[in-house]
Amino acid sequence: MRTTTPSQDFIRGIWQENPVLIQMLGLCPALAVTNTVKNALAMSAATFFVLCCSSVLISTFKSIIPKEVRISSYILVIATFVTLADMMLQAYAPVQHKELGAFIALIVVNCMILGRQEAFASRNKVYRSLLDAVGTGIGFTIALVMMGGFREILGIGTFFDIPLFGPNFEPWVVMVLPAGGFLTLGFIILGMGVYEQRKQARQAHGEAA
Amino acid sequence: MNDQTLFSIFFSAMVVNNFTLAMFLGLCPFMGVSARVETALRMGLANIFVLVLTSLSAWVLNTYILENAPYLRIISFIIVVASLVQIVEMVVKKIAPVLFRQLGIFLPLMTTNCAIFGLAIFQTNRGYDFLQGIVFAIGAGLGLTLALVLMASIRETSELSDIPAIAKGTGLTLIIAGSLSLAFMGFAGLL
Repeated sequence: MRTTTPSQDFIRGIWQENPVLIQMLGLCPALAVTNTVKNALAMSAATFFVLCCSSVLISTFKSIIPKEVRISSYILVIATFVTLADMMLQAYAPVQHKELGAFIALIVVNCMILGRQEAFASRNKVYRSLLDAVGTGIGFTIALVMMGGFREILGIGTFFDIPLFGPNFEPWVVMVLPAGGFLTLGFIILGMGVYEQRKQARQAHGEAA
Repeated sequence: MNDQTLFSIFFSAMVVNNFTLAMFLGLCPFMGVSARVETALRMGLANIFVLVLTSLSAWVLNTYILENAPYLRIISFIIVVASLVQIVEMVVKKIAPVLFRQLGIFLPLMTTNCAIFGLAIFQTNRGYDFLQGIVFAIGAGLGLTLALVLMASIRETSELSDIPAIAKGTGLTLIIAGSLSLAFMGFAGLL
């Protein structure tokens, strides 16, 4: 196992190993509920809560959980926190809860959360697992809010329900429909590919000179 | 209770609200297993099988056991799905070892396949009865298979064409998925 410093644990999830944009994990919520920034934020908050709580709990009990049934135990822990998140959203943000619908329950099968438990929380100290979870959660939030922003601005012409353009704006409806989700993420990833390619080309150029 | 006709449930689950292209469920296999048509087809069939079993057990669980404890749904459904996948894995390994080898890692990965879990949740939220649930599962499974096979055939073809290096891989897959999703929106007016 390679060693990392605590700050690397934190930073890594935000950019280098961004769960959605680089690792392609948790795509289901990232595409399904990002038609507006508000939905994206509610979804990220719920996922963030589940991720941090389960990371801390699993990291605390890592020596007690038998190796053979670890995946099932992780899923049970995650499912418990998802139920909690579901109830809290229902109580404090009923509108958002209704909009997100079944996708709150689907946080259970978000591979990103299970992945962090298996890859990190089950082998590291509690505080570092928390750092890792917070970093990954922030990375997830950034990706979701970015998607939500693009889609809301283009598809409805508003940002956080604030109208951006004049009354003559013709909304690009397809962006808030499912197809828009695929296309937005596709273009973001293509854009990142171009950026990486340029960076590499610059580096190669620098070495040659 | 839900009074949709069986045909409309089936058709809606298969094309209009296609699990993959309209609801983004089961994206992992959609991205991972869609490179070859043959594997995609097999994955799709395995999915139909597990989906029908899930629908059945979710219905039993929901009608007879969880009647008074709806808050335990998420936890109990995920346990059912996980154990179901495990059982299917053992059965397939015993009676069809060749198929088991071909499916490989994708069989156990079905536990975290959102399509399976999503089916159980949607079925419960919409109050489908036993028969409606089964039809919903078959429709959703066929829809997944359709999306997988379409995607795989497009990707097989695109391998031979001249694509800029940066677009290869996930970016291109997502753009293709977006166009497929656009095409499937055409079905929306049917029901």
